[in-house]
Amino acid sequence: MSLLEVKDLRVDLPVEAGMLHAVRGIDFSVDRGEMLCLVGESGCGKSMTSLALMGLLPRRARLTAGRLDFDGTDLTAASERQRSHLRGRRIAMIFQEPMTALNPAYTLGNQLCEAYLRHKLGNRRAARARAIHLLERVGISAAAERLNQYPHQLSGGLRQRVMIAMALMCEPDLIIADEPTTALDVTIQAQILRLLRELQQEFGTAVIFITHDLGVVARIADRVAVMYAGEVIEAAPTAALYANPSHPYTRGLLSCIPAPGKTPPGSRLQAIPGVVPSLVGHVEGCAFRNRCPQAQMTCEQTPPMQALPDDHRARCHFADRLAPAVPQAEMSS
Amino acid sequence: MTASNVSSAGPSVPSSSATGPNTKPMALGEIPLPAPVWSRLTRRLFGHRGLTIGLCLVALAVLIAIFAPLLAPHDPYFQDIANRMVPPIWHDKGTWEHVLGTDKLGRDYLSRLLYGTRISLTIGLIAALISGVIGTTLGVLAGYFGGRVDAVISYVITTRLAMPVVLVALALASLTGGSLVTVIVLLGLLLWDRFAVVSRSVTQQLRDAEYIYAARTLGCSRAYILVREILPNITGALIVVITLEMAHAILLEATLSFLGMGVQPPLPSWGLMVAEGKAYMFFQPWVIVIPGVALFLLVLAINLLGDGLRDLNAPGGRN
Amino acid sequence: MSALSRIVSPAASPSPPSAPPEATNRQPPALELCGLSKHFTLGGGLFKRGRTLGAVNEVSLRIPRGQVMGLVGESGCGKSTLAKMLLGLTTPTDGDVLVDGKPLRGADQKALARHIQPIFQDPYSSLNPRKRIEQIVGLPLAIHGLGSPRERSTRVADMLDLVGLPKRAAQQTPGQLSGGQRQRVAIARALIMRPGIVICDEPTSALDVSVQAQILNLLLDLKREFGLTYLFISHDLAVVEHLVDRLAVMYLGRIVEEGTREQIFGNPRHPYTQALLASALTPEPGLGVPDIGLNDAMPDPSNPPPGCPFHPRCPKAEATCLETRPRLEDVGTPGSRVACHFA
Repeated sequence: MSLLEVKDLRVDLPVEAGMLHAVRGIDFSVDRGEMLCLVGESGCGKSMTSLALMGLLPRRARLTAGRLDFDGTDLTAASERQRSHLRGRRIAMIFQEPMTALNPAYTLGNQLCEAYLRHKLGNRRAARARAIHLLERVGISAAAERLNQYPHQLSGGLRQRVMIAMALMCEPDLIIADEPTTALDVTIQAQILRLLRELQQEFGTAVIFITHDLGVVARIADRVAVMYAGEVIEAAPTAALYANPSHPYTRGLLSCIPAPGKTPPGSRLQAIPGVVPSLVGHVEGCAFRNRCPQAQMTCEQTPPMQALPDDHRARCHFADRLAPAVPQAEMSS
Repeated sequence: MTASNVSSAGPSVPSSSATGPNTKPMALGEIPLPAPVWSRLTRRLFGHRGLTIGLCLVALAVLIAIFAPLLAPHDPYFQDIANRMVPPIWHDKGTWEHVLGTDKLGRDYLSRLLYGTRISLTIGLIAALISGVIGTTLGVLAGYFGGRVDAVISYVITTRLAMPVVLVALALASLTGGSLVTVIVLLGLLLWDRFAVVSRSVTQQLRDAEYIYAARTLGCSRAYILVREILPNITGALIVVITLEMAHAILLEATLSFLGMGVQPPLPSWGLMVAEGKAYMFFQPWVIVIPGVALFLLVLAINLLGDGLRDLNAPGGRN
Repeated sequence: MSALSRIVSPAASPSPPSAPPEATNRQPPALELCGLSKHFTLGGGLFKRGRTLGAVNEVSLRIPRGQVMGLVGESGCGKSTLAKMLLGLTTPTDGDVLVDGKPLRGADQKALARHIQPIFQDPYSSLNPRKRIEQIVGLPLAIHGLGSPRERSTRVADMLDLVGLPKRAAQQTPGQLSGGQRQRVAIARALIMRPGIVICDEPTSALDVSVQAQILNLLLDLKREFGLTYLFISHDLAVVEHLVDRLAVMYLGRIVEEGTREQIFGNPRHPYTQALLASALTPEPGLGVPDIGLNDAMPDPSNPPPGCPFHPRCPKAEATCLETRPRLEDVGTPGSRVACHFA
């Protein structure tokens, strides 16, 4: 059984111009110990999804879900108490900007131990010991002294390490990481990603990793769900997705990135023309059809999620009929 | 998340999609154009209740001020000693001749109230404008140049903040003698602090915006950058301060006039009317209630207008 | 500033010791940086002296006309300060910038503006939200008093067309445009006076990948059309490799390696460059995240380590690295410079 099972999750936000359908009925599941990447561009609904799972949506947002099961508990039916227990104790979150995610007024020790103590997992001494252990594990030297430091005394990379340690304090089953390395330099990003992947495998924690970077996804994910305009338009195990991208949007995204050794330097890059449609008001048909090179009359109808071989799904009328012979699709090799 | 907004919905389209004015299916492929400016403006204007109320009341006050000679039933300065302290119309002894009654000199209270609008609005507007020019200039200069300029101007602002406005105004008015012009100049010179503080902090945020850098690399003069690039972007914040300071100036004028150091009789200032009526307040409370309510309504309306304009003036966001 | 670097630095000398060999070319390079430095004073008050932060230290570079020079380095390495000096937004503490062989020091900002223009990172903050696109793009012409209002508006329309914006965009405000469209506006504003040099400070890092490709294509097209010279500052190595002819790598305010694209991507010599290249994550599944082998000791720019500034993080550091700072010198192939004792 999956650890987290999401069916038909919808998030609607009232805005000045009408109702914004930020997340339009997405399905996904995460198994124990699995790294699932939600990938997409800004406004695709990936962050709204993570906020919805953590119960951090803005107050005016409306959330509906066909199913939202965490480890057998139906979150939609659970009491506020149960939910807050799950969220602090068994689901943890790592944010993009570690500077704003850490409270500048408290020491690291205070913040690391807070959730542990609140969920009564042990006394102060045990919390401190665990904090030191985890700080050492995430590669922070002189951990015991660091506990008395304040967030501003650390560099961005160290702060994100502290955030990872903090997420692990209560031994959660699931960590939601929302663009945790986007604000960091590339060398630091590589180090943090490596650490996160290592710890995830060591502790058997499931991770939902939200990012816009297909390079990051390729290197860390077990499974990938590509989002566009509030929907999951393609989902597959990582290798299958890159070997055989089946939605035109995924193919477009992959061909946008200059690939060293494959794209001749200075040549024109393939770009996806046009812009993302507005999600205000009623949206019908394939949301990508205005930018899709293969769009046809059929695309006026909302495409179903089509099952393909290798546990691969794509929301395109032609997903099963398109040979992977489109230029650039040979990214996989 | 509360229990109420996590409801089980079937896979069908939830009912929420029927809300909002924009329910017709939108063809993809065309970027939705924003609604025409005018209809957006009217919708925002009347969608904001506080703004609508404030705007109507202020417009009413302005109309009254302009057309006071036409609206007033009597000469506000004409003393009818035979008809002193006539009560207003809702009182048993009220007459339609003097709808709001007369004061201790037999002057028509309604006429004086209507003419008083002129004084309050003039003082509020001109004092706020003078202080606005002083404060915004200082604040923008301090915020943009920083360093020593900022240190000196901040010192001046702090000095000004340490002065009690009413006492300083009283002291200076007693030196120069109270008059309409004195009050306007005094308040204009005293109420600029908030303009300076607000424009300084907003300018500091804008100083490092990339469009300021872009203008600087083009060789735009400092004056151009301050006036054409920065000023339009701080107006939103300044409009709120202008209304606050207008209301503030109107109240201060009433205070000074009440204390005898502001507008001098026989001018129909609302503060002066309260002052002149204070001897009768226990037996004829309306002599101070009427100008008091007028003052309250005008100040409230200006504040509502300011809050509303700020919301309206916010530029289209990043979405 | 350490005494050592004072000795090493030939302050503002017209020909720095480590100038690349193109110096012998008859035509001056489009842009030349000679021992450029910028120091800031931190934490100083009225009565106490603050610490000195060397944001940029003795940077010498020459960018030949029509080429794209890439500049990479992590945040805080001084690349943005360098860009600001080139744009005339801050004055260098030391050193000179030569545009077409003429020194920038003391030059009029308006004269400079006709040669060098910027494209900034954030298209949301680089356009004044209170102005219409027409005003924004036409501003350079208006400020420099070029053409009648009618001619200006024709040139603005042509420019908008050239960067791929629809006609109606001219009457819109930045708030009504998408990020990619705004960046096109910023490009139009930068190019309307036909400058020879464009400083691109992370021009695509705030954009989505699908839009990034459009903007990169546009930059390349415009470069060909107008024979532009770019200084392209970025942290995205895939983009840099695609776009640049030459590349300089900065670390803690200094250039640690410079060379052609082939030299740097094919055979990086400085350990920091090697780590940078190793940490670029290409979309190739199955490779995992590489171990780039750097230590975590992040140096404090206001208190740089003695010797080689990279030694606290360097896997190859030895005793010499703690004492002497390696000079940026020609190594092996001509035109390729590295600052490492072991290169």
